[in-house]
Amino acid sequence: MLLREVGYARPSSLDEALALLAADDGARALAGGQTLINVMKARAGSPDALVDLSAINELKGIELGADGTLEIGAMTTYTEIMASSEARARPILGEVCAQIADVQVRNRGTIGGNVCTNDPTNHLPPLLAAIGAEFTIAGREGSRTVSAHDFFLGVYMTAVSQGELLTSIRVPAGRSDGFAAVTLGIEGTCIVSAAASLNGHARVALGCVDAVPVVLDLEATTEDAVRAAVKGANIDPPSDVHASAEYRTHLAEVLAVRAVRDAQGS
Amino acid sequence: MNITVTVNGTTYERDVEPRKLLIHFIRDDLDLTGSHIGCDTGNCGACSVIVDGTLVKSCMLLAVQANGAKVETVEGLSEGDELTKLQQSFKDHHALQCGYCTPGMLMSATALLRDNPHPSDDEIKKGLQGNICRCTGYWNIVEAVKAASE
Repeated sequence: MLLREVGYARPSSLDEALALLAADDGARALAGGQTLINVMKARAGSPDALVDLSAINELKGIELGADGTLEIGAMTTYTEIMASSEARARPILGEVCAQIADVQVRNRGTIGGNVCTNDPTNHLPPLLAAIGAEFTIAGREGSRTVSAHDFFLGVYMTAVSQGELLTSIRVPAGRSDGFAAVTLGIEGTCIVSAAASLNGHARVALGCVDAVPVVLDLEATTEDAVRAAVKGANIDPPSDVHASAEYRTHLAEVLAVRAVRDAQGS
Repeated sequence: MNITVTVNGTTYERDVEPRKLLIHFIRDDLDLTGSHIGCDTGNCGACSVIVDGTLVKSCMLLAVQANGAKVETVEGLSEGDELTKLQQSFKDHHALQCGYCTPGMLMSATALLRDNPHPSDDEIKKGLQGNICRCTGYWNIVEAVKAASE
């Protein structure tokens, strides 16, 4: 398909990329492009210029700190996370990345692109909200780090504003995590998803039921307690061709229970 | 914008618009029409090629993103008229009917066998998950890949 005319630059440093984005309101960051290129084909978005982040080494790679904290560069691909020995410090990351789309998409798609798109049907926003990830955003004035609650602002909207870039995602140590989803075809996009984290503090995050992940703190991890927590959240999910609001509400409870069981290893 | 891309060992320098998808660059500018456009939405995998050793869908990449890269397409799999073991296995196992998906299937299976020379049935299916075939029901494709890995 022929896209609308667009400018293109591939800067090799973060500063250069930030300058390019700040100079042009119509410029968009291009990460792996596995969403943005299709968005441009559908004319759902028509940036004037693309700033390709693929040559910026500062945005790549996974570091494991002495306390088990992972620092994942925004341009790290799903395939790299799946293959990384460091990322196994939080096994759920690789497990969920392996459920995204297919080999080709996993080879190009990035963790940063996934969360910055903040499509409610994406896998990673609820997962990263559940496991307490933090997001470092750079601008020309410096950088700041925000929680998932402050990062995910609305459908396709995050705390990253024009002229800024997500640079890395910090994931604290922990092993008792779970994920469950009903998807469009195996490993397709989510109709409803749930991620659970039981590392000292029991938490579930629901995806595809609201504009942003719905995070619930659990008092107990029994099936009844999890169902009660989801009921208590009074979610009001959207209806679409894939599922009615009523069915999504039902799935949210079921998947929250499955995610907690997955986190319990049972 | 001037780009330099090495495709199947030949280096090409071309002036392209940034909006041009890699698949159009390969098919229209280089006249390598083995790679197909099936859906143009990133779902079907008919346009799969290998860029710097990594399997990608070339309809979800701009040609300018491949500037400086080494690209492998189905035309580069075999030398001359000799089929590769995988291609011969597709023929022997009737792993194609209309053949439209075949270039993408061959590239995905080639990438899979490089990473994992002896995949299990499940690993083959997972490796070909991004490629849709509407004729064969996949059975013979999986058989062909399995036989080529033995």
